[in-house]
Amino acid sequence: MSILVRDATRRFGDFTALDDVSVEVPSGSLTALLGPSGSGKSTLLRVVAGLERLDAGAVEIDGRDATGLPPQRRGVGFVFQHYAAFKHMTVRENVAFGLKVARRPRAEIRARVEELLELVQLPGLADRYPAQLSGGQRQRMALARSLAVQPSVLLLDEPFGALDARVRQELRAWLRRLHDEVHVTTVFVTHDQEEAMEVADRIVVMNAGRIEQVGGPRDLYEHPANAFVMGFVGPVTRLGELFVRPHDLQVRRQPNGTTAEAMVERLVHLGFEVRADLVLGDGQRLQAQLSREDAEELELASGQIVFVRPSRTRQFAEAAAGPPGV
Amino acid sequence: MPGRPAARLGRWSLRALALGYLAVVLLVPVGAVIWRAFGDGIAPVWQAVTTPDALHAFWLTLLVAAIAVPCNTLFGVACAVVLVRHRFRGRRLLDAVIDLPFAISPVVIGLALVLVYGQAGWLGGWLAERGIQVIFSLPGMVLATVFVSLPYVVREVAPVLREVGTEQEEAAWTLGASPLRAFLQVTLPAIRWGVAYGVVLTTARALGEFGAVTIVSGRLAGQTETLTLYVEDRFEAFDLTGAYAASLTLAVLALLVLLAMTRLPSHRRKEGR
Amino acid sequence: MAASAVTRWRAGLEARGGAALLRGTVTLYLSLVVVLPLTAVVWRSTRDGWAAFWAAATQPQALAALRLTFVAAALVAAGNAVMGTVVAWVLVRDRFPGQRLVNALIDLPFALPTIVAGITLLALYGGASPVGIELGYSRPGVVLALGFVTLPFVVRSVQPVLLTMEPDMEEAARCLGAGPVTSFRRIVLPTITPALLAGAALAFARAVGEFGSVVILSGNIPYRTEVASVHVFSLVENDDVAGAAAVSVVLLATSVLVLAGLNLVQRRRTRHAG
Repeated sequence: MSILVRDATRRFGDFTALDDVSVEVPSGSLTALLGPSGSGKSTLLRVVAGLERLDAGAVEIDGRDATGLPPQRRGVGFVFQHYAAFKHMTVRENVAFGLKVARRPRAEIRARVEELLELVQLPGLADRYPAQLSGGQRQRMALARSLAVQPSVLLLDEPFGALDARVRQELRAWLRRLHDEVHVTTVFVTHDQEEAMEVADRIVVMNAGRIEQVGGPRDLYEHPANAFVMGFVGPVTRLGELFVRPHDLQVRRQPNGTTAEAMVERLVHLGFEVRADLVLGDGQRLQAQLSREDAEELELASGQIVFVRPSRTRQFAEAAAGPPGV
Repeated sequence: MPGRPAARLGRWSLRALALGYLAVVLLVPVGAVIWRAFGDGIAPVWQAVTTPDALHAFWLTLLVAAIAVPCNTLFGVACAVVLVRHRFRGRRLLDAVIDLPFAISPVVIGLALVLVYGQAGWLGGWLAERGIQVIFSLPGMVLATVFVSLPYVVREVAPVLREVGTEQEEAAWTLGASPLRAFLQVTLPAIRWGVAYGVVLTTARALGEFGAVTIVSGRLAGQTETLTLYVEDRFEAFDLTGAYAASLTLAVLALLVLLAMTRLPSHRRKEGR
Repeated sequence: MAASAVTRWRAGLEARGGAALLRGTVTLYLSLVVVLPLTAVVWRSTRDGWAAFWAAATQPQALAALRLTFVAAALVAAGNAVMGTVVAWVLVRDRFPGQRLVNALIDLPFALPTIVAGITLLALYGGASPVGIELGYSRPGVVLALGFVTLPFVVRSVQPVLLTMEPDMEEAARCLGAGPVTSFRRIVLPTITPALLAGAALAFARAVGEFGSVVILSGNIPYRTEVASVHVFSLVENDDVAGAAAVSVVLLATSVLVLAGLNLVQRRRTRHAG
């Protein structure tokens, strides 16, 4: 059940949410739409679901043109950030909703609801109301509800955004396992690069209504197409025109030909690693990231002079478009 | 707030002022009606309330409300949807027109309806040709009642609808429900308290309408008199017992409405209108 | 390709068609019930020309009725502004037994038919009053009736604002040396003023149009206790449709102005509140 989006454009007044976007989602994959707010990722997801119409372009689901179809007829499951639980129905009634609409026999509905509640690990809560569940439980209910109608595609809009950090971690891993078990083509939207990298097979990086790059987590991290992607997907520090990952910046106590001289302004001990805020002779600021052992070996301290050299760099044509936060 | 004697004095005098004001304007008069009505005992009151004209007025009042309230409820929900979810030129105008019945004198409303639906009115002649009499008949009274009680459901439902949002409905769509089904099964239950409170207010207004209906009905005793018109009719006829008795009936209905108002949660009491 | 274009077009049309139908129905209902009749009044008042309209609207009896109405309504609005605030304050900031009952009773004038309100006030303050206060057939009677029916407006308008006011501002003022009166004048009053004015404006609009309670209590003596709405009623009874329409238009214009003013003020407020 692949998804194909072709030349999609959507404007809201004079704000362009999607600018001629084309992307393909292979069947059975777990894809993340990653980008900052306003990048168009939610709009793209909603366009695929049919909750948003297109000003231009087309959407194909499983080879069929879905552009004119309302959400009812697209066979997509959608999970909302704030759960969109039917507050006046019990968990059981929520999950059964789609099946009731499809007029399935009562016995079948019953069995399927039980099966799904087992799958999402909410057995025994069937007769509670959403208000009596925790956030994480509500979201799992929402997932069970979408899966009940056996969608060909599952779409999740910042599904863990409203949950606290620990629950978020748990549910991320859980979503990955669920996907491995159920194998539905899944697309989820997130602004958290760590979440995308951890969960997805493929990541679509978006910015200002356009797609910057599509690829696997490792691909994007090691071969970013431009400064934006590099900066969004991981930490970046700049050495003039060169973009360097802080952990690719080697630090020595002695100069060695191609090294540059820098002073340690501040050392931040982040438990398993040490971050060194450095400043070059010409005032440029850098960040280096070392393991605890390396930092200890070098006996780094604030105010010291050290010598740095990048082991790996990238350079981009439009170096002017710098990554965020550097 | 415990406080120094001066503060306590201030608090007590303020309290006395407020309660005294309310007593003079509200409570004591209501007590007086009860006292006057039962001045000669319960029997005359019961008799007055069960004359054929009084009974007819009672049932007519209920009938008019039974037609007007559902009409305004359907309209109210539909209008709330249009106001909250649709974007179109003239939405502000719609918003403003809805508030008009709050501020227009009922007599003006009566006159307005006669000018359009009376025999010599814009539509009245055309309707008369088809055998439909509006003014001096039930349809006119219903129309007047609909006019005066029009805004309540809209004004109670719109904020609740806005708060509920569209996500739940969208979720229902993705699960295969048609827009109508999604609205009926998902959104309507979510706004039911707004609707309920609106219905209560609409009913209260409908039961209590006097000025517009008095012009539009012709006040034929036993035929086109509602309970409020009957009260005035008895008053004009110097039948004070009858007037007070009928007023008592209306007051009891009003107290029931008040009870319903306090029982139901309302946005109005939270943000105030 | 053509098929998909058609489905897209049809789906869009469906959604937009359904919405248009809803809007159309709502508009039709409003037009038949509200807009058309009110337009008819305006039209009828000017049908025979502006001179006729002016003459009818400035008839001495009409003028007297209008004057009484506006003055009484203004008095009532002002009185409500003060007493309504006091009542709201006591209901929110004070604690006494029976408070909930009192709070519920504030809505009584909303729920009680106006004619019953008139009878009620007459029972107590009209002829043969048990408390010896005679207000029937007098101007104070008019003001009392109007005060009764408009009682809840300011109270219900100010109450929520007081309820959601955070105590920090007043506490800060207290620390800076402000006494309770100063604190009220400089902190509370500015905060509740918009709601207060809105409530008073609604009370004014309501009082201008009030009929049922006044018709009983005031005796409707022309030039003395006859309010505008009663005058319109008598004109209608006497088949002077033109006259009735003319005075009605004056009342209508007042209502529309008050509503428009309120609307404008509210919109400016939300713009500033951000």
